[in-house]
Amino acid sequence: MNAAGDVAPRSCRPTSIGEAAGRGGAASGAAAPVALVVDAATKVYGAGADRVLALEGCGFEVRAREIVSIVGPSGCGKTTLLWSMAGLHHLTSGAIRLDGAVIDGPHPAIGIVFQEANLLPWRTLDANIRFPDEIKRRRSDEGLIENLLRQVGLAGYGPRFPRELSGGMQQRVAIVRALAQRPSLLLMDEPFGALDAFTREEMNRLVERIWLDTHTTIVLVTHSIDEAILLSDRVIVLSPRPGRVARIFDVPLPRPRTPEIMAGRAVFELASAIRSEIVGARTSLAAEGAVGSPKGEG
Amino acid sequence: MARDITPQFSRPAGRGDGQRVDLTNLSAFTQTPPIGSAGEVAVIAAVAILVVGGIECSLRWFEVPLYILPPPSAVALALVSDFHLILPHLGHTLVELLAGFAIGAGAGLLLAALVTQFPFAEKVIAPYILLLVTTPMLALVPLLILRFGFGYEPRIIAVALASGPMVMINAATGFRRVDSAKIALARAYGASTVQIFWKIRAPMALPMILVGLMIGAIFGLLTAVGAEMVGGGFGLGNRLTTYSSMIQMPQFFAVVLILSTLGILIYVIFFLLGKKYASWEA
Ligand SMILES: Nc1ncnc2c1ncn2[C@@H]1O[C@H](COP(=O)(O)OP(=O)(O)OP(=O)(O)O)[C@@H](O)[C@H]1O
Ligand SMILES: [Mg+2]
Repeated sequence: MNAAGDVAPRSCRPTSIGEAAGRGGAASGAAAPVALVVDAATKVYGAGADRVLALEGCGFEVRAREIVSIVGPSGCGKTTLLWSMAGLHHLTSGAIRLDGAVIDGPHPAIGIVFQEANLLPWRTLDANIRFPDEIKRRRSDEGLIENLLRQVGLAGYGPRFPRELSGGMQQRVAIVRALAQRPSLLLMDEPFGALDAFTREEMNRLVERIWLDTHTTIVLVTHSIDEAILLSDRVIVLSPRPGRVARIFDVPLPRPRTPEIMAGRAVFELASAIRSEIVGARTSLAAEGAVGSPKGEG
Repeated sequence: MARDITPQFSRPAGRGDGQRVDLTNLSAFTQTPPIGSAGEVAVIAAVAILVVGGIECSLRWFEVPLYILPPPSAVALALVSDFHLILPHLGHTLVELLAGFAIGAGAGLLLAALVTQFPFAEKVIAPYILLLVTTPMLALVPLLILRFGFGYEPRIIAVALASGPMVMINAATGFRRVDSAKIALARAYGASTVQIFWKIRAPMALPMILVGLMIGAIFGLLTAVGAEMVGGGFGLGNRLTTYSSMIQMPQFFAVVLILSTLGILIYVIFFLLGKKYASWEA
């Protein structure tokens, strides 16, 4: 049952697991070193008339073993930022550093879960999970994969094809695929945006459980404020495009965040504060009116 | 390589596996319903017997002369009695088809891969491919015969020219189905351009490649037979012209029957390949 020993990245101090589980998330990060630095990240797409300024001077830090959510209006550059962290985009100026080293290409310590499961439909689940190892031409850690599959409730599903699975199950496989590489930083781009509210909540609990076991640093892009509060130590609100940090909210709630905690007054007030920050930052209020509400729950 | 890093903006409505290709989607022909019970088999057989028998009876009833339209029984008889005479010609046609198709399909696949990796190459090549697709290769056969004589060569060249572009445009459509998220996934784990091609682009293109190969093979067969009808003393096409000029209609239709069977065989082969290797698309 306890997969912590298997899943935990080597950098994780074993004592911190028990501690962090009992304490407020944000507080526990105080002692942890800074893992990821986003330093005045600026990204320009195209040139001339097609020039799009997606990010401008966006900067913040993520501490080791922290869960940070990034929220913001649609098109404000969240995906651009996440892909840059994964080394899939080159910044126009500024830098992103992981443990002090500038990220200028794909990094072996970074795992990424894309929006929608992004499984390869011509491969079985097993072959999908082994895909990164195949690219890296190395053996897969069978024990770890089996353990992870059991943890997400998909033991024995290895020989199936993605189309035989529901959206939630596919997304769980995508998470297993990322975790099987033992990332020290896990990036997730609206991983549950396409799921219904119940499945989404289940997935959130799964991420919380995995984090309690592994304490992998997680950066999560989401449209759901509830999801952000349930999972994160801090919530970073980006401004409308070009994306910069509008405000950073601490989430000083103990973990695991039970339904009782999530129904409490503190959560409600925090959620409305975040919501009004996003809505207030919007230039055209009338435009869509759907920014504050998560799109998966409509 | 710039293509590898463009993110997807417009989200597909459902959980999509990249763009779908509608017109010649493989699923259109891998999804024939399976034949279920013995009863269904019986009905299918009965209909076939009725159709063939109906043709047979009506041709006899209206006393249609043998040299205009022979009844199925006469065709069947000719097929059996003259099969040993037709067989060598079938061999010749198959040699032309296989050789021409191998060359054409090989070149078509290679060009498709090249063109989709280097967009500039596409701009250079596209007009010629379009020309090859739209020009009936049969028109070139007399010219090819002048240059290469009455042997295999002009026919093999014609088959290659007819099948190659069909394979190429379909395969290129397949290779162009860039799903940037899947490519980003591979890149995130450090995949090289070659790995991305073999592990993402090629499998993603496979359904369209199979469609292209099937269309190319059928075009190749048509062209081989047509080229044989234009000149040269062998091949099934040559039999068609010979039998019709000698008014041996049962034999003529026996050859037609063999040609239809060849066409159906091509279809079935690629149908089965598609079922085996591209069923994830359906
Ligand atoms: N490759 C590209 N070329 C040109 N413009 C781009 C490119 N990628 C993103 N953009 C633009 O940059 C802006 C930010 O895009 P991005 O996808 O990062 O936003 P987002 O916050 O993830 O949006 P969403 O909430 O809809 O997912 C958008 O206006 C988008 O149109
Ligand atoms: Mg996005």
